[in-house]
Amino acid sequence: MSPKLTSLLLAAAGLCVAFGPSTTSLSAADKPVVGFSQIGAESAWRTANTDSIKGEAAKRGITLKFADAQQKQENQIKALRSFIAQDVDVIAFSPVVETGWEPVLREIKKAGIPVILTDRAVKVSDPSLYVTFVGSDFVEEGRRAGKWLVEKTKGQAVIAELVGTPGSAPAIDRKKGFEEAIAGQAGMKIIKSQSGDFTRAKGKEVMETFLKSPEGKSINVLYAHNDDMALGAIQAIEEAGLKPGTDIVIVSIDGVKGAFEAMVAGKLNCTVECNPLIGPQLFDLVADVVAGKTLPKRIAVEEGIYDQSQAAAALPSRQY
Amino acid sequence: MIVDLIVWPTLAALLWVNRRRPLLWPLLALALLLLFNRVFTPGFFVLEIRDGRLYGTLVDVLNQGSKVMLLALGMTLVIATGGVDLSVGATMAIAGAVMARLADVSVPVALGGGLGVALLAGAWNGLLVSAFRIQPIIATLILMVAGRGVAQLVTDGQIINFEQPALVYLGNGALLGLPFTLALVLGMFVLTALLVRRTALGLFIEAIGDNETAARFTGLPARPVKFLVYVFAGLCAGLAGLVAASNIKSADANHIGLYLELDAILTVVVGGTALTGGRFQLAGSLVGALLIQTLGTTLYARNVGADVATVPKAIVILAVCLLQSPVLRAKLAGLRRRPPAAATKEGTV
Repeated sequence: MSPKLTSLLLAAAGLCVAFGPSTTSLSAADKPVVGFSQIGAESAWRTANTDSIKGEAAKRGITLKFADAQQKQENQIKALRSFIAQDVDVIAFSPVVETGWEPVLREIKKAGIPVILTDRAVKVSDPSLYVTFVGSDFVEEGRRAGKWLVEKTKGQAVIAELVGTPGSAPAIDRKKGFEEAIAGQAGMKIIKSQSGDFTRAKGKEVMETFLKSPEGKSINVLYAHNDDMALGAIQAIEEAGLKPGTDIVIVSIDGVKGAFEAMVAGKLNCTVECNPLIGPQLFDLVADVVAGKTLPKRIAVEEGIYDQSQAAAALPSRQY
Repeated sequence: MIVDLIVWPTLAALLWVNRRRPLLWPLLALALLLLFNRVFTPGFFVLEIRDGRLYGTLVDVLNQGSKVMLLALGMTLVIATGGVDLSVGATMAIAGAVMARLADVSVPVALGGGLGVALLAGAWNGLLVSAFRIQPIIATLILMVAGRGVAQLVTDGQIINFEQPALVYLGNGALLGLPFTLALVLGMFVLTALLVRRTALGLFIEAIGDNETAARFTGLPARPVKFLVYVFAGLCAGLAGLVAASNIKSADANHIGLYLELDAILTVVVGGTALTGGRFQLAGSLVGALLIQTLGTTLYARNVGADVATVPKAIVILAVCLLQSPVLRAKLAGLRRRPPAAATKEGTV
């Protein structure tokens, strides 16, 4: 950012503080100042998430104070305190861990600034410390993958599952949701379940072993907790002389570009979107908060589910 | 079955030949693990021919294990000089990224580029260690941390796919029905073995690892030799990186070779080379790599959950390391030979 622009923005922020009415009664015509503390830039998904938030703020002419915490909670707490000092109108952040937020959230509450959580939740004793939490519902993603599969296979499936990194929230929740969705189906069974660590290489390696096990020949469905593992597994399936997408129905989660390309090629059957592009939704919520509307505590991100029939149409618009 | 007729006599012969050598212990562990799978893991020893190539879990072990085997060759020599190379995983990522980036230009350029940057990475490490005398663990830590960032820069943070048949062949192709990677590993092994055992180089390396000052005073070119082993480790890491990228037909800069430096170090130690430097076991390192890969594949095949899979892995590795510990072996030998008085005598010999 150029120094000129920075000083301009600071001046604007100063004006807001000096002449702006108190947060709750901010009129719709005024642009709110939003402080956002991001976790870091660890993956393409996170980068897309950041770009979406920054891009939407710029589009709406909202002053966004963006801080990158580089995966450290203390950096995030520092950023949140600086947002209080700058007296922003709304604070939003993706907490890097679940616990340890009580003190700083109390300080924010005392300063009268509403808080929106994005992408990940926090554990606090007093739920009034934040207004709402907007983020992907991993359990729901697993559930949707399961439901789609029940419909597609009419309740008859021998399933191999590629689990994400053990202990991570998406791995636990996507497994849970999926198992819930297929629980009532007597003809659907998960016979193999192993971690592919969310990577292509491990996804391929584990799938190779699955296919060579004595029960391997009966596998006709693969459920992968993310697209990358599915893309690796597709290669293992091809090398075993089988047709991915036909001999083995494959459903995965995330909706990255590579998954859409695989669907167009007929090698992947379905991907459940895990949408990082929450910018528009986040700033709608900011506007609602500023306008004093009551919001539900938990808001799901708008996410789609795509199969081969929609893949070709959707591919050009995929940003990540 | 034919597989049994090949595997067991080979293992028995290897064990017999090495009965008085350090290679015995990793070989024995590998043989026991295979025996366990032969009895308890159905399908582990099934081999069939599909599309003119061998297809089965044992082949996967060789193919998937090739990356660590390649790393282990370079790592063995580095460790023998008393050093360590933590950057090999990151170097793999850079080499894979550069190859994927250049894939569209031409195949030789892509391969050359990938290996070229890997050699540069090795030379950088070698320079820091030999010329600037920075401790190897720190010198290579720099590239371990920064290297993945470099790889990300090369790929723009994206996963780059490639389809060039020659590049895909590297990690997936078959030669005489066996994975091409196996030929690559064997080639590199023979080359390395000739280099260190048929020339004085191996002796130089061991001398430097045992006592660098003494080696220098006897007139050995300690610094150039150290520089060279890091370059060689870089080359091995580069090859492993190309294989890893080729395996999944894409360069995944975030994940290629992640934590593999640890596997490589572990492999070398399991293979019977001491981290303190000096004598090294090149073949032992290969057996160690096979052992670790077999272990991993066993855990997948037996459906051991990933959250607990590290525990049996640790137990096996601990057992192998303990078996190699001279102190423990002396104690065990003492136990066998009563009376205890004789044991203490034995221990002092």
